[in-house]
Amino acid sequence: MPTTRRTFLQASMAATLVPAAQAAEAPPLTRPIPSTGEAMPMVGLGSWITFNVGDDPQLMDECAAVMAAFFAGGGHMIDSSPMYGSAQPVIGYGLKKLGQPKALFSADKVWTSGDGAAQIAETRSFWGVPRFDLLQVHNLVAWETQLPLLFEMKAAGKLRYVGITTSEGRRHDLFEKIMRDHPLDFVQLTYNAVDREAEERLLPLARERGIAVIVNRPFQQGALTRRLANAPLPDWAGEIGATRWAQLLLKFILAHPAVTVAIPATSRVDHVRENLSAAAGPLPDADLRERISASAREA
Amino acid sequence: MSEWWTYRAEDFLLFSPRSYWRMFELQNEAYWPLPVLMLALGGIVTFLASRGGRSALRWAAAILAGVWCFVAYTFLWNRYAGINWAMAYVAPAFVLEALLLLGIAIRPGVRLQPRGLSAWIGYLLLAFATVGVPLLPSLHGRERSTAEVFGIAPDPTVVATLGFLILLRGRWPALLYPIPLLWCLLSGVTLHTMGEAQAWMPFAVVALVVAAAAAAAIRRPLPPPA
Repeated sequence: MPTTRRTFLQASMAATLVPAAQAAEAPPLTRPIPSTGEAMPMVGLGSWITFNVGDDPQLMDECAAVMAAFFAGGGHMIDSSPMYGSAQPVIGYGLKKLGQPKALFSADKVWTSGDGAAQIAETRSFWGVPRFDLLQVHNLVAWETQLPLLFEMKAAGKLRYVGITTSEGRRHDLFEKIMRDHPLDFVQLTYNAVDREAEERLLPLARERGIAVIVNRPFQQGALTRRLANAPLPDWAGEIGATRWAQLLLKFILAHPAVTVAIPATSRVDHVRENLSAAAGPLPDADLRERISASAREA
Repeated sequence: MSEWWTYRAEDFLLFSPRSYWRMFELQNEAYWPLPVLMLALGGIVTFLASRGGRSALRWAAAILAGVWCFVAYTFLWNRYAGINWAMAYVAPAFVLEALLLLGIAIRPGVRLQPRGLSAWIGYLLLAFATVGVPLLPSLHGRERSTAEVFGIAPDPTVVATLGFLILLRGRWPALLYPIPLLWCLLSGVTLHTMGEAQAWMPFAVVALVVAAAAAAAIRRPLPPPA
């Protein structure tokens, strides 16, 4: 068949579109959890704000649909906290509706200066799971009491992994000290194309100590994606198969070698698919990461 | 709270606008046709407040006390606390305000002053709470089903109460201002943090209450020289 202008254009478009389509359908890349080697898909699902919908049946079903799309796209880790209002029972509702998906990696937190064991028991009943994969001390609240409790649970086989969390760059000095002094499996912290403080000490230390890193607030609670909503996507975004700013921002995070999983929260099925696809294609090199960061700062 | 100075209002926002506005939709559905009847009740409070006299004051205060309790239980406790645990602490404050309203209903020395500039601000707030606030969804591009109705939702209930309080004279009504004014500030900050244009409303109400207080102070005759 002779090559006409039309067939050339069709072939060119197909060449451009096929990798993106394949990337959207391919499962997300995985990174090993350093303490066990267990493979973890690099995009998880956060529940801060988005899953706090009370007992509204319509919104609970929408959250369940997001979870269904998340598992269908190859996601494993769902993260929540007692601080997130009704998010825990809403996750439990979704899990029940989806028939307790085997792929689930359940991550929650203890957030109290009181009875941590009682809070964890209540959290577990909300989720409807026999045990958690990961429990973290939320924002280091009463960590001197709660961290030993989590290690006891792990030793007794009631928990698989132990971690601590912080957000928005708070208490990094204490966070670093706990990372050095305790055999943590996971840390959770804020890291994105604009908030890069974790690169200085925490991320290198996590690599050195063999601690998995969960990244929260990858889009600055939506502020970054809102700021970039009207900015044109740079031409070079196509080099790494990104078709949306959200994917570029996620790829920036996932490309850091210390990062295990990022947990963007969303209430939309199309966004959860878009997030998962960010981990299915190529990741940016150091030069491209700097360009993503610069674009996000300039927006 | 450690490093409290690093926290912003956004850090305390636990829910999204869609969850927030859906609460009013569900509340209106759950108590339908009460929202329509409450519009009439708001009109009755305005009418009573404009009549003056002890009996009108008592009836108006009793109606307001009832709707504060209703909103505290059905909205703050049963609904809003589901997405914002802080509401479990705010609901008792609403009940306290209801008790204070009952207190001024029986307290001698409290009277209605239905004339003057500050009184007109009071009427304006009563009318706005009853018929203006439910129309705000149309102004801000939301579904009308998310309308906040006097006696069903906190904002219009609080605004109407502030309008009523402005019409009162005596020492005791001053005790009733803090809870509704604090609610207005809390509601305004919440809406502003969610990026909702309607945030202007609670702040404007606070400004009007301050203006009414100033107008009342200017009208008050100076004490005779010693």
